[in-house]
Amino acid sequence: MGTSILIVFLILVGIPLLLILFVIGIYNALVRLRNQVDNAWSQIDVQLKRRHDLIPNLVETAKGYMKHERGTFEAITQARSQAMGAKTVSEAAKAEGALGEALSKFMLVVENYPDLKANQNFLAVQEELTGTENKIAFARQSYNDQVLFFNNKIQMFPSNIIAGMFGFTKRDFFEIEVAAEREVPKVSFS
Amino acid sequence: MWELIRANKRNSIVLMVIMASVLLVLGFVIGMVFFGQEGGFFGLMIATTIWLVLTLISFSSGDQILLSASRAQPITHEVHPQLFNVVEEMKIAAGLPAMPKIYIINDPAPNAFATGRNPQNASVAVTAGLLARLNRDELQGVIAHEISHIVHRDILFVTLAGIMLGSIVLLSQVFLRGMFYSSMGGSRRRYSSGGKGGGQAQIVMLVIAIIAAILAPIMAQLLYFALSRRREYLADAGAARLTRYPEGLASALEKIAGDPSPQLATVNKVTAPMYIVNPFKKAKQIKLSNLTSTHPPISERIKILRNLSQGASFNEYSDAYANVTHKKTIVPVAALSTKEDVPLRQASAEAGSEERLDKQMRQVGDIIRRVNQFIFLTCACGLKLKIPPNYKSNKINCPRCNKSLDIPRK
Repeated sequence: MGTSILIVFLILVGIPLLLILFVIGIYNALVRLRNQVDNAWSQIDVQLKRRHDLIPNLVETAKGYMKHERGTFEAITQARSQAMGAKTVSEAAKAEGALGEALSKFMLVVENYPDLKANQNFLAVQEELTGTENKIAFARQSYNDQVLFFNNKIQMFPSNIIAGMFGFTKRDFFEIEVAAEREVPKVSFS
Repeated sequence: MWELIRANKRNSIVLMVIMASVLLVLGFVIGMVFFGQEGGFFGLMIATTIWLVLTLISFSSGDQILLSASRAQPITHEVHPQLFNVVEEMKIAAGLPAMPKIYIINDPAPNAFATGRNPQNASVAVTAGLLARLNRDELQGVIAHEISHIVHRDILFVTLAGIMLGSIVLLSQVFLRGMFYSSMGGSRRRYSSGGKGGGQAQIVMLVIAIIAAILAPIMAQLLYFALSRRREYLADAGAARLTRYPEGLASALEKIAGDPSPQLATVNKVTAPMYIVNPFKKAKQIKLSNLTSTHPPISERIKILRNLSQGASFNEYSDAYANVTHKKTIVPVAALSTKEDVPLRQASAEAGSEERLDKQMRQVGDIIRRVNQFIFLTCACGLKLKIPPNYKSNKINCPRCNKSLDIPRK
């Protein structure tokens, strides 16, 4: 008699308790993943701002050596102000893509100026720029990794049930907007 | 990623438990020899105390001890901006919670290691020789390997297992030396006091203890090395995954392996597994088998990395590993369950000319001077003066144009 009451009691209390603990565990995992996604996104933001800050420095250092490259400088400055003024995420992605393109064009032009390439200040700015470009790329890579984990968790059973209950929604990947960055650069000898 | 870290933690615990039991058995046996039947527990207590004290020390300041033992000096961003940027890039790629502290070791042998308690308190140290020889992509590969050690929680494992190994070696050394000296004289007194039967049992105990004292350090070492070899492969896999450019690390390893400079000055058996490449040069262990080496053969690591032609996920690394070594996978099965799409990237544009390398060598000299608080001064005639910190005067004459220059003091 006594033992059967105990068993019923355990089933009535134990199973819901386990279920609650299970739900709490999954909920916390989802929150942790979402925070990681947000953190990765803010990393991209930090590095993009840093790129904007570097550009005046770069232009200032290079201007004296590259008197005949007015167009290149203008393209960079314009792309920078557009990127800084971007309001929405898609706008920002587009503008940043254009800025990246302008910068890589500039780096190609630099090859024609051996004096500039030997300048210590320019080398320092160039290293900072390379570092920042890489950091943007790696931040994007890390963000996309985190989004993949998060989206997988949201879509897979049984965490999809809990995600649905508490309104966790899928995040978008940060894709490269400019087609040129995706393609392998073509070399022509004309 | 998480599956791999969890599997690593599990393996670390298993290894620690095995090594701890080796240590305890050793302590017990030695105690019995020295203090008779009841002394076993006394020996056990001594062994545990030694280990506990060493572990507490290593947990609280093990990284600092290792860094200062290898004469690593902390540097700031100005000393080597590229190294700083590369570390930060990999920190971002790996999603570490904090920037690791960066150290330089003034040694021409190219090598690197990571240490620390956890990803929040980690340090990365590279030698000056490494900075002198590698280009940006290769440096990135090496740093990615070290950051992978941090992410995989290998850094704490190496410290704790190294300390455990150290305690076992210490205990058996003390015992064997003690035996040696007591057998020279005065030992007869102890045996005669214990009656005839007791004496016999004690001699048997003694033989067992001596065998244990000789075997225990070897066993512990083999275990430690086996796991550290595995961790090297896994860190290579992690580096390929972080950089998406396995060729960077592959060519870095190639350069390190082919380097003619003498072996790293500040290294010993316990710290060797920390480094990216075995710091002991080949002459020392030419005939030793695979079992006793702390690192997998470099040629094999390079071949595996170059085999990653499709992508850089753990799955692909595992396949490449199987291709090259004809062994089963090295990556824990749990880490292979999640399918990832990890495409490779192109090399970053950087000319690898001889001229650039020459300049890089000179820059490394400057880095070392800057770490050692030299003052840099450029004269109006364009000559760069490097003033050692023990130069006391506030003025110096330029050796080329003889102009008197003020030395800025901080």
